[in-house]
Amino acid sequence: MSFEWPWQYNFPPFFTLQPNVDTRQKQLAAWCSLVLSYCRHQKLYTLDVLEAQESPVFNNKKIERKLSVEAIQVVFEELRKKGNLEWLDKNKSRCLIMWRRPEEWGKLIYQWVSKNGMVNSVFTLYELANGDDTEKEEFHGLEDWMLLRSLQALQAEGKAEIITMDDGKGVKFF
Amino acid sequence: MDRFVWTNGLLEMNETLVIQQRGVRLYDGDDKAKLDVGVVLLSTHRLLWRDQKNHECCICIPLSQVIFFEEQAAGIGKSAKIVIYLHPVPENKEPGPYQQSKYSFIKLSFKEHGQIEFYRRLTEEMTQKRWENTPVSQPIPTGTTPKAARTRAVGIVGIERKLEEKRKETDKNISEAFEDLSKLMEKAKEMVEVSKSIANKIKDKQGDITEDETIRFKSYLLSMGIANPVTRETHGSGTQYHIQLARQLGDILQAPLEERGGMMALTEVYCLVNRARGMELLSPEDLVNACKMFESLKLPLRLRVFDSGVMVVQLQSHSEEEMIASALDNVSDKGSLTAEEFAKLLGLSVLLSKERLLLAEKVGHLCRDDSVEGLRFYPNLF
Repeated sequence: MSFEWPWQYNFPPFFTLQPNVDTRQKQLAAWCSLVLSYCRHQKLYTLDVLEAQESPVFNNKKIERKLSVEAIQVVFEELRKKGNLEWLDKNKSRCLIMWRRPEEWGKLIYQWVSKNGMVNSVFTLYELANGDDTEKEEFHGLEDWMLLRSLQALQAEGKAEIITMDDGKGVKFF
Repeated sequence: MDRFVWTNGLLEMNETLVIQQRGVRLYDGDDKAKLDVGVVLLSTHRLLWRDQKNHECCICIPLSQVIFFEEQAAGIGKSAKIVIYLHPVPENKEPGPYQQSKYSFIKLSFKEHGQIEFYRRLTEEMTQKRWENTPVSQPIPTGTTPKAARTRAVGIVGIERKLEEKRKETDKNISEAFEDLSKLMEKAKEMVEVSKSIANKIKDKQGDITEDETIRFKSYLLSMGIANPVTRETHGSGTQYHIQLARQLGDILQAPLEERGGMMALTEVYCLVNRARGMELLSPEDLVNACKMFESLKLPLRLRVFDSGVMVVQLQSHSEEEMIASALDNVSDKGSLTAEEFAKLLGLSVLLSKERLLLAEKVGHLCRDDSVEGLRFYPNLF
C-alpha cells in the first residue's frame, strides 16, 4: 500500500518555515501529522536527523523543495512537545518516533489480551511482539523498547506487571 | 648655524613679534643641529629660536643676515622645511651655539606644520625690512662684510629682489582681477536684501503693492532663481521650518502620489522634491522631520514606516485593506508571484511591491516559499 501524501506535500511554501505565527502553527501541525503517519506507514520507530533530510518526507524531489535542517529541528521539537518524540542523545541527532504513544499501545495490547480471554496469563515480550498469535495485530513487530514502555504504562494503570525472568522479561496481565 | 648668537629672548624696544611656531627643529645646512625641537619666533628684526624644554636656551639671528630663503616641500617621513641662506659670519659676532659651520644655510624643519604661514610672514618681513627703520641695539653686521663677499651676496640678493617684484606684480594682478567680482558680490548682496525685504512685505501685506504686482514680482524672483522657497533663512530651523515645509510638501506631492497609486518611497519623494526645487535643496533629515508633521497638521498625507524599516509617504485616502485584497487577487490569479513580478504587474517599484506582499503575508492572506529560486508568495492555503 503506497503512502498517500497530503496536499501540503506538493505546496512549495510547505517547505519554508512561515514567519507569520498563525500560518506557522498550521504548517507545523501539518508537518507533525505527516511525519507521524509516514513513520507509521513505514513502521519506523527511530529517526536519524541527518538521514531524515534526504528522506522523501522532508525532501520532495518532484517540486524540488526540501525542509532545511533548522526547520526539521523545529518540527521535531514540536513533536517532542506533543509527546510523540524522544531524543536518544544530547546532540539531538537520533530520536525515537512514537507515532503511537506508549499509553495507546498499552491500550491496544490490553484489548487484545482481554478479547482473547488471556487475562491473568503471563507472556514473554517476544511472544507479544513476535509470536504467531499476534501476527495480525498492529503491535506485531513492535520494537522492544516501545513494547516495554507500553507495558510500563499499563503497569502504571495497574493492568499489568512486568516480571523479570531468567532469559528476559515477561508480563502478566490483570 | 654659526651665525646664531645667544640671546635672552626678550624683544627690544621697537621690535615686535610677528609670528611664532612650535615644533621646529634647526638644521645646520643639511645636518640636524645639536639642538632639540623648539619654538621659532619671527620678529620685525630677528629670527629667534628657543628650546621647548629648556627655555633658557635661546638663540637668534638678525634678519639682515638673511640673503634668501625658500620652501622645501615635505616628503615621506620628512617634515616641510624652510631653507634660509645667510650672509657670512660677521667679525664682531657675539658667541653662539656653534663656533663654526661648513654651511652657509640653515633649515627650519616644521614638525608640527605651520610652515606656510611662517613663510608668508617671513616674506613680508624680508620685503618690508622694518629693522632698517627702527634699528635696535643688536649690531647689524652688513657694513663689515668683505667686498668679495658682498658681491657674491648682491648676486643672490638681486635674484631675491627680482623674485620679490614678480610676486608683488602677480599679487596686484590677482587683486585687480577680483576687484570686479567683489564689487559684483556686493551688488548682488544688496539685490538679495532688497528682494528679501519686498518678499517679507508681501508676506506681511504691509507694502502698498497690488495683487498683480505681487504675482509679477514673484515671477521675477522665480526667474532670478530666488523663488522665496521655504529656506532655513526665511523660516529658521526647527519646527517652524518643518511645519512650513510640510505644508509645501503636501501641495507638491498630491499629484505624484495619485499617479503612483497613493504611495511613494521616501527616497523617491526626496529625489522628486529636490529636482523640483533646483536650488535650496532639502536635506534628508529636514524631509523626514517635515513628513513626521503631516498628521499633526492634518494634511492628507502620512509618513509610514514598515517593519523592514522602509519609509513611505502615502495618501491618507490610501486604503490598506484594498491593497492587501488586490494583492491576494493578483497572487491567486497567477498562482504565485515574486516581488519583482508583482512590481511589474502593478507598475510599482520593487521595494513597494515587496512591502505590500509582506503586509498581505502579515495578515495571513499569503504565505512564502523561500528557496534557492528566490522568494515567492502563494495564497495562504494552510
